[in-house]
Amino acid sequence: MNDHNAATLAAVRSSSDPERNAVTEVDVAPTGPDPHAVFQAVDLSVYYGSFCAVRGANLAIAQHEITAFIGPSGCGKTTMLRCFNRMNDFIETVRVEGSVLYHGVDLYDPAVNSTEVRRRIGMVFQKPNPFPKSIYDNVAYGPRLGGVKKKAELDEIVERALKGAALWDEVKSRLKASGLGLSGGQQQRLCIARAIAVDPEVILMDEPCSALDPIATARIEDLMQEIKTKYTIVIVTHNMQQAARVSDKTAFFTTEVNTESDRRTGCLVEFGPTSTIFSKPNDERTEQYVTGRFG
Amino acid sequence: MALVSPSIKATTQAQVRASITRRDRNIGGLVLYVLLLIAVATTLLVLFTLLARLFAPALPVFRDRGLSFFTGTIGSNPDKVGIWPGLYGSFIIGIGVIVVSIPLGVAAAIYLEDYAQNRWYNRLIVINIRNLAGIPAVIYGILGLTIFVGWLEPLTTGKTVIAAALTLAVLVLPIVIITATEAIRSVPQGLRDAGYGVGASKWEVTRDHVLPYAAPGILTGTVLSLARALGEAAPLILIGAITGLLPATSLDGPFTALPMTIYSWSSKATPPKSVLGFDNVAAAAGVALLLLVLVFNIIAVIFRNRFEKQRIGL
Amino acid sequence: MTLIFRIAALTSVVISALIVFTLVRGAIEFLRLVPLSGLIDDAKTPGWFPRRNRFDLPTVVLGTLIMSSIAMVVAVPLGLGTAIFLAEYASSRTRRIIKPIIEVLAGMPSVVVGYFALKFIAPELVANLFQPDKIQNMTAAGIGIGILIVPIMASISEDSLSAVPGALREASYGVGARKSATVIRVVLPAAVSGIVAAFIIAVSRAIGETMVATMAGGLDGSGARTSSPLDPGLSITAALTNAAGGSDQALVGAPVKVLFFLGLLLFVVTMGLNLIADKFVRRVRQKY
Repeated sequence: MNDHNAATLAAVRSSSDPERNAVTEVDVAPTGPDPHAVFQAVDLSVYYGSFCAVRGANLAIAQHEITAFIGPSGCGKTTMLRCFNRMNDFIETVRVEGSVLYHGVDLYDPAVNSTEVRRRIGMVFQKPNPFPKSIYDNVAYGPRLGGVKKKAELDEIVERALKGAALWDEVKSRLKASGLGLSGGQQQRLCIARAIAVDPEVILMDEPCSALDPIATARIEDLMQEIKTKYTIVIVTHNMQQAARVSDKTAFFTTEVNTESDRRTGCLVEFGPTSTIFSKPNDERTEQYVTGRFG
Repeated sequence: MALVSPSIKATTQAQVRASITRRDRNIGGLVLYVLLLIAVATTLLVLFTLLARLFAPALPVFRDRGLSFFTGTIGSNPDKVGIWPGLYGSFIIGIGVIVVSIPLGVAAAIYLEDYAQNRWYNRLIVINIRNLAGIPAVIYGILGLTIFVGWLEPLTTGKTVIAAALTLAVLVLPIVIITATEAIRSVPQGLRDAGYGVGASKWEVTRDHVLPYAAPGILTGTVLSLARALGEAAPLILIGAITGLLPATSLDGPFTALPMTIYSWSSKATPPKSVLGFDNVAAAAGVALLLLVLVFNIIAVIFRNRFEKQRIGL
Repeated sequence: MTLIFRIAALTSVVISALIVFTLVRGAIEFLRLVPLSGLIDDAKTPGWFPRRNRFDLPTVVLGTLIMSSIAMVVAVPLGLGTAIFLAEYASSRTRRIIKPIIEVLAGMPSVVVGYFALKFIAPELVANLFQPDKIQNMTAAGIGIGILIVPIMASISEDSLSAVPGALREASYGVGARKSATVIRVVLPAAVSGIVAAFIIAVSRAIGETMVATMAGGLDGSGARTSSPLDPGLSITAALTNAAGGSDQALVGAPVKVLFFLGLLLFVVTMGLNLIADKFVRRVRQKY
């Protein structure tokens, strides 16, 4: 399946305009619904009021892979990520054009229940944000909402989720202690445990290590490798080395300055296997970014 | 493997569609939302009923009496009474607040923000001011009765509007100090450093940089405290504002104020032959007081908005 | 210059000292005239009758408790409901409309609400709902006080709800929680200290509220002990204003001196409540 996607993209590229600085869409032109993709963004644009944050992005995300979104600040990578579980809904002025297909179903279809979407597509945020509750209650929060009431069942879910997030051994003796008492890295793993406790299919991670020290970061990165066999992961990161270390596919975003309003609109420049993006990218802008000459 | 529901790992398009388009029967959420709406609607309804019940009986007074209601004096005939003594008393009280509590309050705020070191006695002053702000108004009336009516009688000549003005000035002092402190605290340290950098003394920096920058914030607090002082009635009962018949507009004799006028008229029985009732004139005086207080509150909001804009650099 | 500023700051301490001194001295003078044992009336129908030297403390304490409780029954659902609606549900446009309206209510002079309680709440609302024996009663006064403290309850609660970091709401939505679950299970528990503070401050204001209790309580400074909310009643504050209202002479005699005793009682209770509320407010600040 991975090969299939790569092949599709390669086909798209070979048929594209040979000129490197051509319009963005050419690199990742819409390929029609892809039945194997978990997510497929088709001509996705996101506006905040009249301001366009992301313009015309197309990409497909494959199952059980880690996809990284990289690019300079303000390039719309977080905005894009938040379309994948409709987290943008909570911003009053937001407007989404194009479509985000999740297994072929448009997430922005009026019939779609955004709460159910977020049960299947979990999220881990930039800053660790445990609830001011006990470690146990943090993890049990989602399952309880889902209607799990029996203590034994909850205990089992909490244990499995904490083990899944490689936190169990550190906290098993103090499950009733506040989640806020943990270190930053532990808090972030608690947040991952909280996300996987509802057994989602996808985990979206929005710069999950930006508030952590290198050792805690390494633990989270290891954890991502361990859980990718069970979950599809999309990660936004500022850190190019991190993208290179953990991801299978990488999408590079950049900003285009709008000549009229002087505001920056994000756009997807290039998407492909991480090794390609970092070693022989197709687009000059990608090359400048990954070699550190820009951004 | 599924921890929550077996369907959640469904991955064919049809299964996914079925699972994420499931209708949300969120009755609890709907109930909560409706309850909150009822709370907000009731609050607004209460306010509108209050305004309607105040304005409706007041309108005939303004229509029949016109200006004479504002220039007339208190008395026993609701067809002839007016709020002049009340306006006079409230005006003097307003002056008292401006003259006494604003300089005193702003000076205290400057001390607490820019001069005071972090010592126990300074922390005590801050705690003390916060407590003063929470004491019921009627207790300030007892203070006024003892100090301004009693001890300082040679100065205030007893139960006079001067004693009332001083009492209410003391009552709003904590509000003035707290709002002025907040305004001064929001002055960027860089502004002070810039002043010191060119060799200005502490007082010069305060006078030339801190106070001008904090002025709109201080004015907001000032105007709010004026509104509070004008609306307060309980302390005036304590220090003996008159509710009777005397046409009192002097600094050294019996006095009244607008809220006291409303208080006394509200419980007076209307004489049988009069056209307007005491109900009506009480409501009309209430409208006058409410508008006065509202105007001051609106002015305060305007100052506050200007202050916020200045702070974010617009 | 520093000296002038320091004196200004010290004025507030002098004021506090004078308040305490005045109240304590007056209260002691009162207790010399009426011993502590005289503060519980042992007559067949006990009550607060200052002109007859009968000072039954339970009468005014009960009156205060009843009126404040009714006020809280009105103010908590309205104030807290409004706060939750504004902080969690209202669009920014709705908020811009409703908040100034609540501020109008916050600036409402208590004497105007007293008039409203006297002329509308008592004769039209309470009289029709509960058919009381007397038109003027503690229920009407309590509702009036409640209206006055709705804005306090609403604004302090809303501040503490707004202080809950957005990240916690996102975390809740992120695991598929609905808005209502997020509000009830995450936001409210996180804001609970501030809401408790709002409640305590509102209670303190209700106890100290004077004009509505005096105007709409239905008594002229004296009355029998009662525990029925539909009876006329006397709060500490109403007893206080009436004690002063009759004092055209010098401050002598128990019927007048009692105002210092009541003032001290009021001072101690409200200050205690305010200090407790302060603790809760500080807990909110520490957390975020």
